Amino acid sequence: MAKTYFTEDHEWLRVESGVATVGITDYAQEQLGDLVFVELPETGRKLAKGDTAVVVESVKAASDVYAPVDGEITEANNALSSDPSLVNSAATGDGWLWKMKLANESQLEGLLDEAGYQAHIG
Amino acid sequence: MTGDDTKHLPLEDLHAAAGARFGAFAGWSMPLTYPAGVMKEHLHTREQAGLFDISHMKLFEVSGPGAAALLNRTCPLDAGALDISQSKYTFFLNEAAGIIDDLIITRLGDQRFMVVANAGNAATDEKHLRALAGDFDAKGDFDAKVDALDRVFLAIQGPEAWAALARAGIETGSLLFMHGIEARQNWFMSRSGYTGEDGFEIGLPEADARNLVTRLLEDERVLWIGLAARDSLRLEAGLCLHGQDITPEIDPASAGLMWAIPKDIRATGPFIGADALRAIVERGPAQKRVGLKPEGRQPVRAGAALFDADGNQAGDVTSGGFGPSAGHPVAMGYVQTALAKPGARLFADVRGTKIPIDINPLPFTPHRYRKG
Repeated sequence: MAKTYFTEDHEWLRVESGVATVGITDYAQEQLGDLVFVELPETGRKLAKGDTAVVVESVKAASDVYAPVDGEITEANNALSSDPSLVNSAATGDGWLWKMKLANESQLEGLLDEAGYQAHIG
Repeated sequence: MTGDDTKHLPLEDLHAAAGARFGAFAGWSMPLTYPAGVMKEHLHTREQAGLFDISHMKLFEVSGPGAAALLNRTCPLDAGALDISQSKYTFFLNEAAGIIDDLIITRLGDQRFMVVANAGNAATDEKHLRALAGDFDAKGDFDAKVDALDRVFLAIQGPEAWAALARAGIETGSLLFMHGIEARQNWFMSRSGYTGEDGFEIGLPEADARNLVTRLLEDERVLWIGLAARDSLRLEAGLCLHGQDITPEIDPASAGLMWAIPKDIRATGPFIGADALRAIVERGPAQKRVGLKPEGRQPVRAGAALFDADGNQAGDVTSGGFGPSAGHPVAMGYVQTALAKPGARLFADVRGTKIPIDINPLPFTPHRYRKG
């Protein structure tokens, strides 16, 4: 069964069978405003926790989205190439950014649950 | 910058009530976006009417027998040749012909002028004007007085701006683009703006401004527009932002702004920086400001370095983002004069990737000014 985690950097991860689907939270997309471009990662790229995985660009600014845990990219959300606004309209659904195979599942223990994240954004 | 020095707009409570997201700009806490978001705000301005609070900008009245002479010294301008109510885009130059600020000057009367200055430069501008006015006075040449006005400053921009003002009881029919009048006591209203659209800028006392805003927002054609859309609108319109596209290190010839200087003033005007500017024009500027259109969807932003096909440094980007009306990324910047040809292909370095970027005529969206 899938379990959802959050980071203090406003990302969410939905983990199922050792693979995490990662996106930014609704709060984050609201802060960024209308997205016009998402620089997606290449499949197969290995990321360490804290590496820049994706760059999301709003009308006004570019922002990095970091890998929340170690792992290898298995898929990028190519739908965002033609419609980056999916991140605004469905941040926790169709606007997911990438999927990664987890290298170290114990890192999940350091992440927030939904209640913890809600408390974090106050 | 969120310290105690941050300045707040007189109408901040109205912006907060409208759901604005605030951010720092030029020492001010400014509404960046409203709940509609930058994309909708931008498009709404081009399609209907956008209301902007630009009270961070400063209005100065320069008056007295020496007013025109003072302005002719600070700006490459023939202030005395302006008709009453005529406005002119101009700049304060330093001795090297660098642009201290860009301004709009309107002649209000025989010996009275309105100067509209940028937020970030208002203090520098005032000091500059006062120092020169004092200098004039000391020499006994002329007498010129500089008054900083305490006004709320609003802009209403877009094809329905005039109709929304008319509905609010303000007739604008005879006022043409780049003209300004004192429509009521302590009001200054000009047909001008920073979006490329028809529109108006109105400086007025706070109580009057609150009334006007209330009446304008009753009109469904009018929406508050934040600073984020103001920036994307002006960039599509090819208009310079001082501090980015023009600075005290950049002269009007390099910036492609010589159109703002009358021919005889270029030749013989007594403005500060005249010798330096004539020398630059004589030998030709080393670099020129150009519009830039990145290939694809990825925005190329201020600070990105530009290269030619051989990988040689060609210039840099000074403003860049996405153009919601253009439907693609838009940018402007400076490139070596030899390369500054429409259609020429360059490459912008974005986080280590070279993105093809073509020199594109400005503006990206046609100006729709009401000239007559």
